[in-house]
Amino acid sequence: MNVLVILIPVSLILGGVGLVGFLWTVRSSQYDDPEGSAARILMEEDPKPDLPD
Amino acid sequence: MTAALGASLCPGCGPARQIAASVAEKIAATARFSVPSIHCAACIARIERGLQACDGIQKARVNLSLKRVNVEAEPWVDDAQIVALLADLGFPAYPLDAEVLGADADPTGRNLLMRLAVAGFAMMNVMLLSVAVWSGATDSTRDLFHLISATIAVPVVGFSAQPFFASTWQALRHQRLNMDVPISLAILLAVGMSLFETLQGGAHAYFDAALSLTFFLLIGKFLDHKTRGAARSAAKELSALEVHSATVIRGGQAMVKPVSTLSVGDEVLVPSGARVPVDGQLLSQSGQMDRSFLTGETAQIDLQSGAVVQAGEVNLGAPITLRATAVGQDTTLRRVAAMVELAETGRNTYTSLAARAAQIYAPAVHLLALLAFLGWYFATNDLRLSLNIAVAVLIITCPCALGLAVPAVSTGAIGKLFSAGFLVRHATALERLSEVNFAVFDKTGTLTQPGFDAAATDLSATELSVLLGLAQVSDHPVSKAICTSLADSQTAAPLTDIQEVAGCGVSAHFGPQAVRLGRADWLEAGFTGTGLQIGDAPPRQIVMTETLRNGAAAAVKALQNAEIPVQIVTGDGQVAADRIARLLGVTDVKAAVSATGKLAHLDQLKAAGHRVLMIGDGLNDTAALAGAHGSMAPSSALDASRNAADIVILRQDLSDIPLALAVAKAAVHLSKQNFAIAAGYNLIAIPVALAGFATPLLAALAMSASSLTVLLNAMRIRWVK
Repeated sequence: MNVLVILIPVSLILGGVGLVGFLWTVRSSQYDDPEGSAARILMEEDPKPDLPD
Repeated sequence: MTAALGASLCPGCGPARQIAASVAEKIAATARFSVPSIHCAACIARIERGLQACDGIQKARVNLSLKRVNVEAEPWVDDAQIVALLADLGFPAYPLDAEVLGADADPTGRNLLMRLAVAGFAMMNVMLLSVAVWSGATDSTRDLFHLISATIAVPVVGFSAQPFFASTWQALRHQRLNMDVPISLAILLAVGMSLFETLQGGAHAYFDAALSLTFFLLIGKFLDHKTRGAARSAAKELSALEVHSATVIRGGQAMVKPVSTLSVGDEVLVPSGARVPVDGQLLSQSGQMDRSFLTGETAQIDLQSGAVVQAGEVNLGAPITLRATAVGQDTTLRRVAAMVELAETGRNTYTSLAARAAQIYAPAVHLLALLAFLGWYFATNDLRLSLNIAVAVLIITCPCALGLAVPAVSTGAIGKLFSAGFLVRHATALERLSEVNFAVFDKTGTLTQPGFDAAATDLSATELSVLLGLAQVSDHPVSKAICTSLADSQTAAPLTDIQEVAGCGVSAHFGPQAVRLGRADWLEAGFTGTGLQIGDAPPRQIVMTETLRNGAAAAVKALQNAEIPVQIVTGDGQVAADRIARLLGVTDVKAAVSATGKLAHLDQLKAAGHRVLMIGDGLNDTAALAGAHGSMAPSSALDASRNAADIVILRQDLSDIPLALAVAKAAVHLSKQNFAIAAGYNLIAIPVALAGFATPLLAALAMSASSLTVLLNAMRIRWVK
């Protein structure tokens, strides 16, 4: 059972990384145009992948 | 934040330019355009490449979800040039007033999304730990797991459940109960009880229940916010589309200027049916204004010369002139605040049904939980067991699914309609549209688009200049068509005493002579259609061409196929009306109907048991639009008509009207279905919880399942064709 001492923090940290990643996507306006993002992957040569301000 | 604000303002705006220049020189000013016809990746590529290839445009970015284009351009590029460029690319575009629109971002939505993400993260972790406990961890391992769960759950509940606690506090402070009170109570009880158990080294903790409750309720709150956000942004978008230019009288000459260039002291002409662009003092003898944007009620207010007129009011009477007392930001913000408030107060009757249910439901839930607690306590004398059951009852009766039932559907429906080019202005519109069983169309400007046939109209230079003078004070489609055709080649004659008679035409004085432009029978002319009369001379015929609007025939046919009778009611003459009716295959035509006639006709239809959908654009349609069961106006319509309509059609195409009706029908159907699912679930689950068969965890799981069912059911709105 001692392995739990390592596993639980590891799982929490991994989850935390995911959470921080998600919060970053929210803060950097990546959900402002979901339909546009879906359509843009179909464009042949994407104009510079810049984020809206 | 300040930099983003500066960048989002349009280059034409005076104050905006100063702000933009002062806060961020590097960021070029951004202009925004509404382009309703964008729909795929090819459109995005075409617009972005097409615009970026032009001189003076630094960056163009399409937002497909909002159907907008943001353009960063050199200061010397003006909105009209970009609109022309977009038109060349094949996309009709409308400039949006950036001041009105504000920033694109939605801080409340983001805030809720973050709380939701944190709650979701914590819920999943605590559930993983719970799995171990429920599958048999004992003693110190169990206590450790409970302790870890507590460390995660307590701060997360404190952060994520704040919206509920805040709402509960508000309600309790005013000595009222709302749906958030039992929710907060359930969350706090579950956490408190679990903490107690954890510290005592007990066997059961329910942090997972508290967290999943928070998570699913936040989903409901988020969707509800989105629905209202959609109505709010519809109101914002509409007001941003409105009054972009105004007619200013300088040196006796009327000129069209962008609103942002007006200054205090300017003399501003407001045509009949148009929205007032500035705050000002009335210079005309009298005026009739509609202040519904402030009061929410459509009522005509009579004003005398010198009275104060506010930006956003709609001119219902004759064209008026004002002396501007406040312009731009000073007035715009107030107007938007009012529009937004109006959009917020328009509530779905199903929602208000839910709110009324909540008034009975909230006390009933508390009472039920209390009774369960007392009953079990007296029966078993076991405090822990009875508290458990009481919490399970509180959780299981939680109205998550009930609260999600309507917002989940209307978010989807409004979104779907927006992508089809419809702006829904009232939350109750969907419900009313679904009940429509009779359609009444206006003809000129709605089914048809008029054009002025200058070659076939034989007028002298004086007559042409009087014609332009009369036409430019009115926003009737015929007048607009005349203006477009004559504005470049003619100067308008100076006119006084201008009056507009709704459904008839415009009259004025040209020097000593009375001049009139309007319907032929109003002028008592020997011909039909439109005429111009100067003094006592016989009226001259104005030859107009009339073309069908795109999709008009398809829309009429689809409505008839859906067994919704179509009627054309127009102020125009019988001959012209019959010709258009034949083209569309409509047999039911009422011609030469006045504005009051239209409303009276609608009342007759109502009395005969019809629920009428009115589609119109003119000043003479305004009363009918407001009085009809459901109403739509094209975006080219007068401000007064758009104001009265439930839905504004953004595309220059009517063919999707039947789709809008189908979506409305499906939305109401799905809302009812969702109510049934949620209620049915409670009917089954409450007795189970009361009987003590449900632990708080089971209750939370069952509740989540019902919320998910309702959400998934709501998504079916996307498949409506």
